[in-house]
Amino acid sequence: MSELSDLSRRNDVHVMKPEGTEALIRALIEDGYEVIGPKVIAQAMLYEPYEAGETPPAGWTDEQDGGRYRLIARDDGKLFDYVVGPQGFKRYLFPPREKLWSAKRTADGFAVGRDGAPAKAYAFFGARACEVAAIGIQDRVFDNGEFSDPTYNARRAKAFIVSVDCSRSASTCFCASMGTGPAPEAGYDIRLSEIFEDGHHMLLVRSGSEAGAAILEKLDLKKAKKADLEKADANSRRAAEMQTRVMPDDAREVLARNMKHSHWVEVGKRCLGCGSCTMVCPTCFCAAMEDVTGLDPDSAERWRQWDTCFSVNHSFIHGGAIRQEAWSRYRQWITHKLSFWHEQFGQSGCVGCGRCITWCPVAIDIVEETRTIRDSEKTEALHG
Amino acid sequence: MNVHPGTAKPVEDPMLPLTYEVVGIKKELPDTVTLDLRAPNGMPFEFEPGQFNMLYAFGVGEIPISISGDTSDPMQLVHTIRVVGKVSQAFAKLKEGDSIGVRGPYGVGWPVNNIKGSDVVIVGGGLGLAPLRPAIYSVLANRGQFGNVVILYGARTPNDLLFEEQLHEWRGRFDLHLDVIVDRAEAGWPGRVGVVTQLIDHAVFDPEETAALVCGPEIMMRYAVQALADRGVDTKNVYVSMERNMHCALGFCGHCQFGGTFVCRDGPVFAYDTISELFTTREA
Ligand SMILES: Cc1cc2nc3c(=O)[nH]c(=O)nc-3n(C[C@H](O)[C@H](O)[C@H](O)COP(=O)(O)OP(=O)(O)OC[C@H]3O[C@@H](n4cnc5c(N)ncnc54)[C@H](O)[C@@H]3O)c2cc1C
Ligand code: SF4
Ligand code: SF4
Repeated sequence: MSELSDLSRRNDVHVMKPEGTEALIRALIEDGYEVIGPKVIAQAMLYEPYEAGETPPAGWTDEQDGGRYRLIARDDGKLFDYVVGPQGFKRYLFPPREKLWSAKRTADGFAVGRDGAPAKAYAFFGARACEVAAIGIQDRVFDNGEFSDPTYNARRAKAFIVSVDCSRSASTCFCASMGTGPAPEAGYDIRLSEIFEDGHHMLLVRSGSEAGAAILEKLDLKKAKKADLEKADANSRRAAEMQTRVMPDDAREVLARNMKHSHWVEVGKRCLGCGSCTMVCPTCFCAAMEDVTGLDPDSAERWRQWDTCFSVNHSFIHGGAIRQEAWSRYRQWITHKLSFWHEQFGQSGCVGCGRCITWCPVAIDIVEETRTIRDSEKTEALHG
Repeated sequence: MNVHPGTAKPVEDPMLPLTYEVVGIKKELPDTVTLDLRAPNGMPFEFEPGQFNMLYAFGVGEIPISISGDTSDPMQLVHTIRVVGKVSQAFAKLKEGDSIGVRGPYGVGWPVNNIKGSDVVIVGGGLGLAPLRPAIYSVLANRGQFGNVVILYGARTPNDLLFEEQLHEWRGRFDLHLDVIVDRAEAGWPGRVGVVTQLIDHAVFDPEETAALVCGPEIMMRYAVQALADRGVDTKNVYVSMERNMHCALGFCGHCQFGGTFVCRDGPVFAYDTISELFTTREA
C-alpha cells in the first residue's frame, strides 16, 4: 500500500452498497478480528459475534420509552433504523464476570499469576456515537494515570470500531444534549452513515485511523459525491432534532448543590433498587472481587464481576452499610454519573443513550429527575 | 505505568499481590492482632504514615488495612487488624512462617511533613489509633520540629485500649501530652470516663497554630471536628481518615467513590474542609 493511496483513503469519503457490509465484515474476520454486531435475539437488538457471510439485520426499527422497548419489523430494508438495545459493547471489553488471576500454594508460601486466555481482538460493528463515547469514558476509568487495568487495556488496544451514525432517535435518546451524538466525531476506525432516499440506499464510508484505511483498501468503494455527504449530515441533524429529552447543561452544578433536596426521598419511594439501570449503562464500571478456592485447597482464584451501587452491600463497611436507603443509593448513582464524574475524569459519566430510562421497570428518568431538582431548587430552598 | 510504590519497582500488573511472610504476631486485644511481615526477597517497604495495603488471605479474600508500623523501619511491614469477618478472621489464624498477599501502599496519608512548626493534636477512637501510630512515630522522631504534641485516645473500656505498652511509654514522656478516656469502666479505673471530645475541651494547644489528625468511627470524627472547631481550630487544618468499602484500591471498582473522590486514591486521609459538605450529608 503506497503512502499516497493510504492518505487518500484516509481523507476521502466513499460510498458502498448496503450489501457491501458483507465484504467489510468478511475483511475484518480475515484480518483476525472477532466481529461483534447487532443481531435480533429474543425480540431485542443485541451485539453478538458474526460469522463470515453474515450481514446486519435489515428492516428493523424500535420504539422506546420509560420502561418500554419494542423491536418492530419493517420491509424497507434499512440497516440501522433502530437505536440502542439493552446492552452495549461494554460486556466485551469489561466482561460481566472475569477471572483475574490464580494462586497456587508453593513450598514457601503461594504464587499468584494471570492465566487467562490472551486478549481477543474485537471489531465492534455498528457502534452508535453514544457507544463510541462510552468506550472513551471507560478508557479513562481503566487507565487513570496512576494505574491501568491490564485485561481491559489489552483488549482495548486490539479493538476495532465500525461506527454508524443515527438517522433517527428514540424518545429516550438525549445524546445531542450530552454532546456525544448522533454522529461520532472521533473514536472510530471506520464510520458508516446510512442514506436511504428516493429509492437510493447506500452507505457512506469514512476511515478514522490507519487500521480503518487498511480495511477500506480491500473493499469495492466509490468516491462519495458532495450531495451524499449533505444527505448524511441532514440525517444526523434530523435525529438530533427528534430528541425530546434534553439534559440541562448545568446538571453538574445543580446536582452537586442539592444533595439534601427532598426530591431524593420521593425518587427513593419509586426505585426498586434492582440495579437494572447500572447493568444496561455503557459507562457504569463498579465491580466486586470474589476470591474462591476450588476442590483443590492448594489453589485459589480471584474473579471480578459487575456490581451495582443499588445494592446495600456495595457500601458495606464493618458495622453496616453507609447507604441503607434506596433514595441515597439512587442519589449516589445519578450524582456520580452527572456531577462527580467530572471531578474524577474531566467529563460527564453519561453519554445520553437513554438505556437507563428504557430499562427501568418503574420508568425513573435520569433527565426528568435532574429537571425536577433543578426546577424545584428555589422553592426547596425556601421550605428546606 | 503501574508502579509498586512499596518497592518503587515498576509492576506490570497492579492487581497481583506479592507474597509476604508473617515473621511476628502480637495479640493486642482479644479480637485484635498485629502482624509483622517481611518481603520474601528482603526488600524494604517504603510508605507514608496513614497509607494502607490490600491484604490477601489465600482463597478467602482481600481487605484494606492501614499500615501501623514505623516509616523509619522499612524492613518491617506492620499491620494491626481487628477480627470482624471472614478475611480478618483468616488473618487472626495465621502463624509465624505463613504467607499473606500484599498490594500497596495505597492512598494519601497524614501530612506530617506539611504541619511542621504547628502544635499537633492527634485524636484516635478505638482501632483508629492503628493508622495514627505511624504519624505519632514520625512526629516523635522529629520532635523538635513541632510545637505542643497532644495525643487524645478514646476506647470503649479499659480492656479495649490498643497498644497499651506504648500508651504507658508515651505518657511517661515530658515532651508530649497523652490523655485517655473510656466510654465505660468498672470501679477501680483511675482514668476518665466519657467521650474523646471531652479531652479536646481541656487539652493544651494553641488553636490558631494547630493541626489535628483524627481517626476513628465516622460519628466520633464528626464530634471531634466539631469540638476542635469550637476550640478555634481552623477546620482546614483538621485531617480525617475515611473508611469506605474497597475492592481494588486502584480506582477501578467504584466502591469507595465519595463525591468527586475515590477514598482509595484521593484519601483515605482528607483535609476536612475538602469533604465537609459530604461529611455532613446523610448516607453519602
Ligand atoms: C482505608 C482503610 C483502612 C483500614 N484499616 C484498617 C486497619 O488498620 N485495621 C483493621 O482492622 N481494619 C481496617 N479497615 C477496615 C477493614 O478493611 C474491614 O474491617 C475489613 O474489610 C473487614 O473484612 P472481613 O472480611 O474481615 O469482614 P466482613 O465483615 O466479613 O466483610 C466481608 C466483605 O465485606 C467487605 N468489607 C467489609 N468491610 C469493609 C471495608 N471497610 N472496606 C472494604 N471492604 C469491606 C470486604 O469485601 C469483605 O471481604 C480499614 C478500612 C479501610 C477502607
Ligand atoms: S446514565 Fe443512562 S443515559 Fe447515561 S450513559 Fe448510562 S444508561 Fe445511558
Ligand atoms: S432507578 Fe429504576 S432501574 Fe435503577 S435501580 Fe431504581 S428501579 Fe431499578
